[in-house]
Amino acid sequence: MVVHELDLDLDAFEGPFDLLLTLVLREELDLADVDVARIVLAFVERLAERRELDLEACGEFLVLTSALLELKARGLFGDEEADLADLEPEEAAEELARRLAEYRRIKEAAAWLSERLDREADRFFRLGASPLAPEPARRLAAQEPETLRRALRRLAVEPPAVSLAHLELRFPPVERFVERFRALLERRDRFVFDTEVAGLTRVEQAVALLALLELRKAGSIALAQAAPFAPIQVARSEEETRTHDERRVSRWNARSA
Amino acid sequence: MERPLRLIATNPLDRLARTLEALLVVAAQPLPTEELAAAANDDVERVETALGLLGERYREGRSGIVLEHVAGGYAFRAAREAAEACGRLFERPVQRGLSPAALETLAIVAYLGPCTRPAIARIRGVAADSAVAGLLERGLIAEAGREEEPGGAVRYRTTALFERVFGLESLSQLPRVDELGADEDELRERLHAVADKRPA
Repeated sequence: MVVHELDLDLDAFEGPFDLLLTLVLREELDLADVDVARIVLAFVERLAERRELDLEACGEFLVLTSALLELKARGLFGDEEADLADLEPEEAAEELARRLAEYRRIKEAAAWLSERLDREADRFFRLGASPLAPEPARRLAAQEPETLRRALRRLAVEPPAVSLAHLELRFPPVERFVERFRALLERRDRFVFDTEVAGLTRVEQAVALLALLELRKAGSIALAQAAPFAPIQVARSEEETRTHDERRVSRWNARSA
Repeated sequence: MERPLRLIATNPLDRLARTLEALLVVAAQPLPTEELAAAANDDVERVETALGLLGERYREGRSGIVLEHVAGGYAFRAAREAAEACGRLFERPVQRGLSPAALETLAIVAYLGPCTRPAIARIRGVAADSAVAGLLERGLIAEAGREEEPGGAVRYRTTALFERVFGLESLSQLPRVDELGADEDELRERLHAVADKRPA
């Protein structure tokens, strides 16, 4: 009979004995969960099946099981093991007596509970889920539904359409001002921009300025300003003055011819 | 002429008793006197008197419904004589199959709670994880905060359901610790004897 192959069926483990030992030594299985008595029982049963006593197997099993028990006992004391080892025999005995007494009391309490449970076995009662009546509702002052209706009605009215009129900027064409300034310079050599645009809207004034810049870019006018924000003086450019004079001379010649 | 039922008398205390009856029949768990008084909108003393009336009316041998004082409150339960019939119709998953390990764990939590899993394991000498998980699932114990140090273990206490299942008015009905006979002196003497024999 081979002890290592002893088949076990425990709560915490199912399989051969040697695998159990391996798992315990690798600390993959907590010995606290292993019922050693059941292992002994399994072994004894297996032994009984075989008619003859296998002394070698028994010896091996005893050694393995006692090692297991020692490991388990050490494990149960955990960190306190060291404390206990430091104690004098009498103190250790005292400590053990205290622990044993504590456990005994708990065992008795458990027995009392068990007895109580038996005695109460004929007590049936309804087991509900959560409490039926939860928090008491928050008390509110008496409310008039009509007031609420009116308040909601006021909110339910369709809001007035938003006017987008201010977004629609109407820009007069730049050409209009270009033409206007050209015409002005036909008649006069110079003019003051600010005077010409006074009374126009801001948008019109802006477009007028653009027209002025267009003319300047085309080389038709010369601009002068004494200081920032001072009135802008507009004059015909020299080139323009020349062509203007030529035009005037030719017009005059044509008329006199 | 038909005599009116006693319950429909005009006595105001009877009326309060009827209200309490209604509250108790609707409740899923024991209701403390204060809660009954608040719900009935009456004072605690009168509620106690009315509960006395109900207790007389709903008692073993007189009614199929019995009023009991349990888990810090009042609740209706079935009369014991109907237990067999009740048992045929209803299962009792909370009480059924409580193992010795579970009962020991329960005893520890009831006496020493709130206490942690390591504390339970230290007393019982074996890991308490599965016993604690089982009791939690049955609703006999519940979490009650953590130990104070950072990352402290979860503490457990017994629930009102525990008191109800075991028919206790409160935890104070458990036997006193010194009534639980652990003869510490005897244990001590035996251990001393062993210690003396140990080679130095």
